[in-house]
Amino acid sequence: MVKEKEKEKGKEQKPKMIEVYIMGKEYEVPQGLTIMKAMEYAGYRFIRGSGCRAGFCGACGTIFRKKGEYKFRTALACQTTVEDGMYLTELPFVPANKAVYDMEELTPGPNSIVSLYPEIARCVSCNTCTKACPQDLQVMDFVQAALRGDIAKAAELSFDCLQCGLCAARCPADIVHYHVAQLARRLYGKYISPISEHLEERNTEINAGKFDEEMEKLTQLNSEELKKLYTERDVET
Amino acid sequence: MKIPYYPGCTLKTTAKNFEDTTLAISNVLGIELIELPRWNCCGTVYSLASDDLMHQLAPIRNLIRVQEMGYNNVTTLCSMCYNTLEQANQLVKGDPEKLEKMNSFMDQEEDYTGEVTVVHYLTLLQKEIGFENLPVKVPLTGLTVVPYYGCLLLRPEEISIDNPEKPTIMAELLTVLGADVADHPYKLECCGSYHTVNYKDVVCEKTYNILNSARKRGAEAVVLSCPLCEFNLDVRQKDLKKELAPMPILYFSQLLALSLGLDDSLEFDQHYVNPEPLLKEKGLLR
Repeated sequence: MVKEKEKEKGKEQKPKMIEVYIMGKEYEVPQGLTIMKAMEYAGYRFIRGSGCRAGFCGACGTIFRKKGEYKFRTALACQTTVEDGMYLTELPFVPANKAVYDMEELTPGPNSIVSLYPEIARCVSCNTCTKACPQDLQVMDFVQAALRGDIAKAAELSFDCLQCGLCAARCPADIVHYHVAQLARRLYGKYISPISEHLEERNTEINAGKFDEEMEKLTQLNSEELKKLYTERDVET
Repeated sequence: MKIPYYPGCTLKTTAKNFEDTTLAISNVLGIELIELPRWNCCGTVYSLASDDLMHQLAPIRNLIRVQEMGYNNVTTLCSMCYNTLEQANQLVKGDPEKLEKMNSFMDQEEDYTGEVTVVHYLTLLQKEIGFENLPVKVPLTGLTVVPYYGCLLLRPEEISIDNPEKPTIMAELLTVLGADVADHPYKLECCGSYHTVNYKDVVCEKTYNILNSARKRGAEAVVLSCPLCEFNLDVRQKDLKKELAPMPILYFSQLLALSLGLDDSLEFDQHYVNPEPLLKEKGLLR
């Protein structure tokens, strides 16, 4: 009877509450919230360690533990829902070492990454970084590729990296995987990947002023005219 | 035959000539080398501390990758990779407790069962193909060489690819290829290994002794199987304090490729002492 009455109330039904521990203190939060929202519900306000809230920016790396488990788990706080009995904290920043370099002066070779990040040679292939990655990347494999100078492979394997830094925070060898991978992608993009000919051509056209007149016309239009142009544009189907 | 192939870091960079010649040879001999789709550094140096399991993870993880491919053997070229992989393999085969500890640490992989055999490529040639069956097209007639084994193929005894005190495997191979093989007392001497980074002088002295001994016994080139030995014996020749006529250093695979008529992939430009003039003088190279 009681249950049916609750059903009738529909929207007024209160969400199920669960217990979580935020930095060791117990809180009741509604089930279904993300870790980030649960912490906000409990009264925390993020002025750092939070960004896009959509799993793309990598600002909200977090470390937590589930009820009854010994393992530390890592995730993005905006992408992971809370569970009853979770132990939570947020990790607002990873103070990782970042090499300073001038891309114009680098050359892509077997030692170009290891010379800027010599600590990658300390990798013992324990795979802790891979386990920590909220993007499920093969982190150890791209560090290993960087170590042996396979820049293309390191760039490819790390393509979806969000730079959250959880790998570096967990690494027993103090490697900064995400910065290493960024260097690999920069080297790959600048020196190794094939040059896009149509882009080069288009850049030449732009620099030669081919589109200046058209652009000038557009800037003179009012918003109604712009809307009309937009709705009537050619669309590839 | 098909066999998983573990390249190791150096074979992809500074010893690319070692890999490329071996791939060319294998192609001719019908050995299909299947490079491990995922592999990491072998561990570089086998850790002698008996409780230092963290440094055994790298080699054992590579053996798990072989297991994942559905094979129970793997071949490798670099002497150091061979040594590290096989020593770690022997360690866990003989110590189930250590293996269990490492398996429970590597909890995202399947357990290593200890059933993979690491086979050096020289052993593969000797046992699976047979040196006498090699289709030699260009015999290395008139070329006097000495084999240089160094440490890592032969020590410790448990992982040795041959008699650790009196190895003959490379001499047998080179004899079949038609070369004159000289013996020399420094064939097992350590090249100084990674001291080359911080103690260049130590390596230079070793290099001088090894090459001088080879030269005195009539050697015109030294043949080996280790990229680090190659670097020390070859590149360190420019830093020698005593005078020594340049001695070409070659991988066994380069001479084998040459004698099988595969002279497109020799990549002599990766050497400091260019072996080309010698090989041309002997009429072995166009």
